[in-house]
Amino acid sequence: MDFVQNFPCFSIILCLFAGIISSGFKDKAALRINTGLLVIVTFLNGATLLYTLETGESFVYVMGKFPAPWGNEIRAGVLEALTALFFCVIMLLSLLGGRHKLLEEVEAGKTYLYYVLTDLLLSSLLALVYTNDMFTAYVFVEINTISACGLIMIRQNGRTIEAAVRYMIMSLLGSGLLLLGLCMLYDLTGHLLMSNIRQSVAQIAANDAYVIPLIVSIVLMSVGICIKSALFPFHAWLPDAYGYSTVSSAAILSSLVSKGYIFLLIKIIYRVIGFDIYHDTRIIDVLFVFGLMGMVFGSLSAIKENDVRRMIAYSSVAQIGYIYMGFGMGTEAGMTASVFHILSHAATKSLLFIAAIGLTDVSGGSRKFIELTGAAYRNKWAGAAFTVGSLSMVGVPLFSGFISKLLFAQAAVQNHTKMLPALIVLGISTILNAIYFMKTVIRIYTPVGYSAYPSITFAKMRVYAVTLIAFILLNVILGISSQPVVDMIRQGLSMFS
Amino acid sequence: MSRRKPNEEYDKTMAGRFFGWLSGSKDPYLGRVEMQAQEEKVLPSETIIERMREAQMRRDKVYDPEANTLARLFHKIYTASAVLFCIALVGVLLVTVSYLPPSGNADNPVNNVVSERYIEDGLQETGALNIVSGMILTYRAFDTFGETNVLFIATCCVMILLMVDDAILKKQEAMSDRRFEPKNDAILQGTAFVLTPIIFIFGIYIILNGHLSPGGGFSGGAIIGAGLILYTSAFGFHKTQRFFDEHIYKIAKITALCMYGLIGTYFYVTGANGIENHIPLGIPGHILSSGIILPINFCVGLEVACTMYAFYALFRRGGL
Repeated sequence: MDFVQNFPCFSIILCLFAGIISSGFKDKAALRINTGLLVIVTFLNGATLLYTLETGESFVYVMGKFPAPWGNEIRAGVLEALTALFFCVIMLLSLLGGRHKLLEEVEAGKTYLYYVLTDLLLSSLLALVYTNDMFTAYVFVEINTISACGLIMIRQNGRTIEAAVRYMIMSLLGSGLLLLGLCMLYDLTGHLLMSNIRQSVAQIAANDAYVIPLIVSIVLMSVGICIKSALFPFHAWLPDAYGYSTVSSAAILSSLVSKGYIFLLIKIIYRVIGFDIYHDTRIIDVLFVFGLMGMVFGSLSAIKENDVRRMIAYSSVAQIGYIYMGFGMGTEAGMTASVFHILSHAATKSLLFIAAIGLTDVSGGSRKFIELTGAAYRNKWAGAAFTVGSLSMVGVPLFSGFISKLLFAQAAVQNHTKMLPALIVLGISTILNAIYFMKTVIRIYTPVGYSAYPSITFAKMRVYAVTLIAFILLNVILGISSQPVVDMIRQGLSMFS
Repeated sequence: MSRRKPNEEYDKTMAGRFFGWLSGSKDPYLGRVEMQAQEEKVLPSETIIERMREAQMRRDKVYDPEANTLARLFHKIYTASAVLFCIALVGVLLVTVSYLPPSGNADNPVNNVVSERYIEDGLQETGALNIVSGMILTYRAFDTFGETNVLFIATCCVMILLMVDDAILKKQEAMSDRRFEPKNDAILQGTAFVLTPIIFIFGIYIILNGHLSPGGGFSGGAIIGAGLILYTSAFGFHKTQRFFDEHIYKIAKITALCMYGLIGTYFYVTGANGIENHIPLGIPGHILSSGIILPINFCVGLEVACTMYAFYALFRRGGL
């Protein structure tokens, strides 16, 4: 066995250790541990990605000396390693970009707890990505939920507490449904390991034995994850949670936490239930319809909003809708588009949140559009970054959003029954996206002769500006050289089944 | 050549008046028009509050179900649909249960190779008489490490919410939270004096015998935590802090979790790479046996006891 195969396990364990050790240190040391950890884990996952690309096949890592159905297992293929690498990079950039706000908004002496939470959150995300065992997934879903709640409420004002309570209730409901589905599935198959469950499920489906409980358990798990990742009718918790928490939290929650659950759903579809059986249950059509509704209604709510942070948050609802629409296509191409959109949306949404905070900071801390007039002249870097993010969200060529929309459209064309609604809603949603994002861009570039608010120079925000540049580069790279990434996703998905 | 006029004369000419007005040195209206400085309009703070109250009242009126029939209708429909949805969900789940394999049947899918190996080979492979301990701490050690971290992160979140500064804590010391109960309750203190050592010893017994008899780190730790809570509520925080303050709490928690992590990592990595691990299994039934289970139980017990006590202290006064 090659030494590289230890890296997924090492990265999860290192995150847990970093969190535990940070809890005994002061704020500065916790920050250093966190940054060092993120860099190391990024390299570990990069090495894993290179290794899986080189060997061209996935590998299973037994946690302990007991093999498959008895002990715990994690599994790494191209898609897992790619997603994990991406998550680490985005988390590093989000934390760097929001660091100055963190110091302002979090009570002094409690910042170290923020880093403890992010370390553990990263460990849970990595575990969700790499796990090959449904119960391990559930345990880390719990860690994920609790730490996400902490990230929301660490900025203590009334609205964040309310948002955290809402998030907690909805998220626990989702976890509960997931656990119920998991219990039923265990009762039917007698296994918790993904590959064993899949064999048993194939047998059950072939024998026509427990059809109803199987469908119910699939529905429960899917609905649970939909609630946790804020698919359209379950998105009521989202705008407050993303809109009022500190900016790094908003970026991490929108681009990583919800994506972690969606990745788990992909794993359930491919590795636990099997793509064909999942497709035959017709749940996929329900996901398709709600995805389409989310794309329209999320954008409509965003247009109504007069608060730039909440507008970006509502835009997340629309983007999550895109991802579920891709699932709903029920084809390989749709799934590829969805996975690409997970990456592209993660890169773009965190960029938008981080850029928006720069703009509101030079507008007296107000998020109202009227105050933001001309903000891009006062903070040029944030203005440029916000423009890039908006263009990418709208789907302008050269940026990552264009590629994901193109992939969705291609997938829609291949599917005869769902082509028309998918293409029409895709068009409508693009126009709606353009309305609210371009409105904001025009607003921030409207010159005002005299402004009550001072401008900010590069020298005063070096880390912030460099983070924005890194985000922009990430977006442009995803947009220009998308083919290798798409190839990796295709290879990874074929390794799944 | 124009002749220069003296200044007094020049000021009286048209040009002199015009340029004087232009440069601002002379105000033509001064002394001719009645002028008053504008008063800055200051809203008295009472009116602001009044207006806010009015707005609030308007809002209340709009959303008041008594006055607004539409809101009342919406509220009714909302409640009814929520109830219907819950009943439907319960119905679906009940129907599903009837389709599940009947419990206790030997042919159920749950009775397969997995549980067979746990039951038949568990003793030889883990060295634990208590199969459940052997299962959660050896076969599925990674999940249990995750669970322990759930407790850890829950404490962190409670700290974010409820932890207050030391200075405030000192100030509040005078305002005791025992307004409604006697400070030194003789009965409570007497009982705690007798019971606390017994509870501690019982908890330690459960932790150390986790691999031999029912129990283990989670239950034993909870018992020790209960003992600490009893001691604190009888004797107060001052006496508890003599042996268990925030510093010791941090050391205990971090040591326990790190030790668990290190043992776990050693176990996973050696197992996965096919390296012989040098943890002796011992003779089943002896107190020093069953490999990694005993130390892990110890760590879990310490962590759970710390968590229990921390929850109590944070909820009661916002600090350890």
